[in-house]
Amino acid sequence: MENLENLKSELLAEIAGVSDLKAWDECRVALIGKKGKITEQLKGLSALPLEQKIEAGKKLNVLKSEIEAALAARKDVLEVEELNKKLMSETVDVTLPIRPEAQGRIHPVSKIYEEVVAIFGEMGFEVAEGPDIEDQFHNFNALNMPANHPARQMQDTFYIPNKNSDDFDDSYVVRTHTSPVQIRTMEAKRPPIRIIAPGRTYRSDYDATHTPMFHQVEGLVIDKNITMAHLKGCLYDFVKAFFELDEIPVRYRPSYFPFTEPSAEMDIGCLKTKTELKIGAGTDWLEILGCGMVHPSVLKAGGIDPDEYQGFAFGVGIDRLAMLKYGIPDLRTFFESDVRWLKHYGFTPLDFSSMTGGLSNNGGSAR
Amino acid sequence: MKFSISWLKEHLDTNATVDEIAETLTRIGLEVEEVFNPISKLDGFVTAKVEGFEIHPDSDHLHVLTVNDGKQKLQVVCGAPNCRLGMVGVFAPVGAVIPLYNEALKVGKIRGVESFGMMCSEKELGVGDDHSGIIVLPDDTEIGLPAAKVLTIDPVIEISITPNRAECLGVRGIARDLAAAGLGKLKPLNISHKNSNLKSPIKVKVEDYKACPVYVGRYIKGVNNKAETPKWMKDRLAAIGLRPISPLVDVTNYINYDLARPLHVFDADKLKGDICVRMAKEGEKFVSLEGKEYTLDNQSLGICDDEGIQCLGGIMGGAEKGCSPETVNVFVECALFDPIVIARTGRKFQIDSDSRYRYERWVDPKSNVLGSDYAVQLITEICGGEVYEMEIAGEENYQPKVAYIRPERMKSFIGIDVSKEKIVEILNHLGFITSEENGKIKAVSPTWRGDIDGEQDLIEEVVRMIGLDTIPAETLPHGKFPKQVLTPAQHRAMLVKHELASRGMLETVTWSFTDSKTAAAFRQSDDAVLLYNPITAELDEMRPSVLPNLLIAVKNNIARGYSDLALFEVGPAFYGRNPGEQNTVAGGVRSGMTSAKSWIGDVRPYDVFDAKADALAAIAAANGPWENAQITTDAPAYYHPGRSGTLRLGKNVLAYFGEIHPQILKKFDIKQRVVAFEVVLNNIPLPRESHDKARKKLELSAFQPVDKDLAFVVDKSVQAVQIIAAAKNADRAHITDVRVFDVYEGPNLPEGKKSIAISLTFQPKEATFTDVEIESLMKRVEVEVGKKTGAILR
Repeated sequence: MENLENLKSELLAEIAGVSDLKAWDECRVALIGKKGKITEQLKGLSALPLEQKIEAGKKLNVLKSEIEAALAARKDVLEVEELNKKLMSETVDVTLPIRPEAQGRIHPVSKIYEEVVAIFGEMGFEVAEGPDIEDQFHNFNALNMPANHPARQMQDTFYIPNKNSDDFDDSYVVRTHTSPVQIRTMEAKRPPIRIIAPGRTYRSDYDATHTPMFHQVEGLVIDKNITMAHLKGCLYDFVKAFFELDEIPVRYRPSYFPFTEPSAEMDIGCLKTKTELKIGAGTDWLEILGCGMVHPSVLKAGGIDPDEYQGFAFGVGIDRLAMLKYGIPDLRTFFESDVRWLKHYGFTPLDFSSMTGGLSNNGGSAR
Repeated sequence: MKFSISWLKEHLDTNATVDEIAETLTRIGLEVEEVFNPISKLDGFVTAKVEGFEIHPDSDHLHVLTVNDGKQKLQVVCGAPNCRLGMVGVFAPVGAVIPLYNEALKVGKIRGVESFGMMCSEKELGVGDDHSGIIVLPDDTEIGLPAAKVLTIDPVIEISITPNRAECLGVRGIARDLAAAGLGKLKPLNISHKNSNLKSPIKVKVEDYKACPVYVGRYIKGVNNKAETPKWMKDRLAAIGLRPISPLVDVTNYINYDLARPLHVFDADKLKGDICVRMAKEGEKFVSLEGKEYTLDNQSLGICDDEGIQCLGGIMGGAEKGCSPETVNVFVECALFDPIVIARTGRKFQIDSDSRYRYERWVDPKSNVLGSDYAVQLITEICGGEVYEMEIAGEENYQPKVAYIRPERMKSFIGIDVSKEKIVEILNHLGFITSEENGKIKAVSPTWRGDIDGEQDLIEEVVRMIGLDTIPAETLPHGKFPKQVLTPAQHRAMLVKHELASRGMLETVTWSFTDSKTAAAFRQSDDAVLLYNPITAELDEMRPSVLPNLLIAVKNNIARGYSDLALFEVGPAFYGRNPGEQNTVAGGVRSGMTSAKSWIGDVRPYDVFDAKADALAAIAAANGPWENAQITTDAPAYYHPGRSGTLRLGKNVLAYFGEIHPQILKKFDIKQRVVAFEVVLNNIPLPRESHDKARKKLELSAFQPVDKDLAFVVDKSVQAVQIIAAAKNADRAHITDVRVFDVYEGPNLPEGKKSIAISLTFQPKEATFTDVEIESLMKRVEVEVGKKTGAILR
């Protein structure tokens, strides 16, 4: 039986020497195939006497199992080796660039719209709208600006002739502000009113700081006990939220708008240097919006009794907010559709503004 | 409105600094736009004496000075012709910032000689216009003094005046407001009425007292209009940018800006007959002093003599009868005009003037005699002359406005308590006459204020004076919890933007205006919404479509070297001029290649199916029926007739898509293919409001679906959508999907035919399909498609 032990070590060595799957298969056939060495041995048993046969058979079967296990183990190793070889041959240069995918952008005007809506939405405002082409009643008269009112000249108005009337006072205007939405809202619903109205506005003015079309957001709050202190609180909360600052210096200056009284303009503190504008610090002031308590004549024009209701209104330039917050230097570039500008100043489509997720920079990196 | 500090101090007794004055003005609603104060830029400049004066060795006009600035003696090279030994001037040491150049002075070397500073001219210091030589101070001026101490400097403040504060278009009004704000004391006016026994040779008649309630005229004989206007008056006028012209003109300008009181002076010798104030006759001519002829209408007010209209009342004088240097006898007009008449005429004929600006806002109705007296006083002081008796038509009987304020309204309207006494004090300081009536304060307006109509106006006055910053800021109490902040229509417009951007498109915002010449092809209604007064000819129409402006954007970007483009805009398109005749449209364009060249991936030119995909994606983002929309091939004519389509729901157009017609591209000078889409967002029906938010139950089959392919040969005119619909129709229960996977036209097919291959998904419901069942399903598809489209199996 010593030669069985010898056989075993001989066969195991043979298995260990197999270097690929093809040789392994030949080896398997040579060992445990029909004419394999172990098979031959098993065949040789039949010549032995019964007792020996049983004894030798057991041993041979043990040997066979061991050989089979060794073959299987060797196969696993060879397969991994072979796979590794194949994988290595499949190597690509992963530093190559990816398939081109265009990533679009949201225009800063839309972004600011969403930020403003997110903030005022949190304060219980709803969003109202009105048409771009207005009649003079809604754009002027109802806002306490009768014909020949000098304030009408402050707003270089675009006119559109009315086909049904030669009277210039009947011609339409392209709205000079979003304030007509105040009137349309009052006509449509009863107080309490708490709306903002963002939209396009138009004035005949075109220079370094004016474009014939720009964007405003109007605000209107009407209820029984709304005071100028609420106006200040509401706008202060707004600018802090908008500029994402815990504190921001603000100042109010008396001003004049025909549709509010008292009227004011709000400035925020900033630091102006030749190269930089830093909001929220420093000794300079920057005008940011106009506001005031709604004039009784406006409430009356909207069908609301000024002895029962009062409130405030405000108007902010959306483009101006975008310029201040995102450091965009030139208003005119907003409307030039230059793809380099749109990519640079635009926002990723995932950048939805909310008070829960944050107003800005929450849309992942731009690609 | 500009004024100088010395002019202000003519009316206001104050020790306040320029900065204090400026701050106060802004705080009380007279917003400071700019302070021109040369003093603030004179740090470091000192008085210095020229103690040495040598000819420059290498120049015939330069001198080498030894300058003593009180601390040291310095070598300075100077080229000023008026420089001499022993004089005292203003010296800028090295490091001083010269206001004119806004640059720090360095050690210079002028033709080989070093210079350690500079002797300055008025202009260089920003304190005057003289640049002909350096400033020469009296020889006994102490040296080493700051320049600001020895120079006469009159800082100028520019403020913006809101339309309600017309009285502040005169320096006196500003002074009065500052005094009320506690910044000094208003000085009394020193104007007296000159009586005369001489009867005016020119009489005044007013025909329309509504348009002209009072007219004061004064004849002065023998004035010398060649006299010199006094320096103080010339300086003040020059400081606010008004060029001194002649005493008569300067006096009217001065009073206009001093008291906000317009005047007019006629050359009395040129007038024929008396003055008559009347409405113009329809078609009557008037030639302004600027030489422009106007054809007036019967709502314009004329100041006339026997020869016609010589002055457009309250707006502008005429060319013929004004003053010249030779004028010796004058007739001075100081009148009151109806603001609406002035505003209407000024607007109609587009004449702007300082006079119109004041009259259409408010001119103190009781300042006619006063203004006339002031003019007479100044004219006779400067030009001499003999004053005749005043002519007055109408009466200065204006009844001041009355308003009431309830002191408790300060708390309930503004949010801060202000005592009755404080309110009264503020109003009195502003010139109101107050009394108490049933717990309210009755306030009679001063005549220079025309803007006080009600309680809110008085509240505003009080708020201005106590300062807006004293009002507390209270967070708005949370109102009714809104159901949804954005309306569904607004929200989906937002989603459409984000969807298109996530499809790789850049959002842009273009004008709502466009060029009517190129827009004409895009109009779908017969109403071209043209502006009456466009800002340029290229922006003269409210756009009928968003595409023309996007095509301009394509053109401009290609010109900049960027020709692979994907742009969209969500905004209005106008189909009529009446308010509300506008759609909200999501429009987009793609042009060029899908991307730049790449080693990997499918880079191809954009085609109509990209535009179609964008349109469908936008409709889907808006929660619209993108799957059920019908597709027709009748897009507007600005699209390629064979490569465009319309997506509709019934007769409502949801979207157009397609290639832009090459002839349109030619108009925009675009030489590459552009595909485009327009989705009319407001034509997409809003989903019905449903309270049941639960989804329909998910039905899953236990049996595997089977995919089978079929290829048909059809006439070229057959649309893919017909084949898909017919195939689905063959067995709606079991055919769950039909896809086109191949379209072929060309050899191997008969003339006029094409092949369309579809892939079908059969979904068993009760048990796995047998081969026979699948065969039967395929046969039914073949028959149904054949019946509907004439297709035969390939």
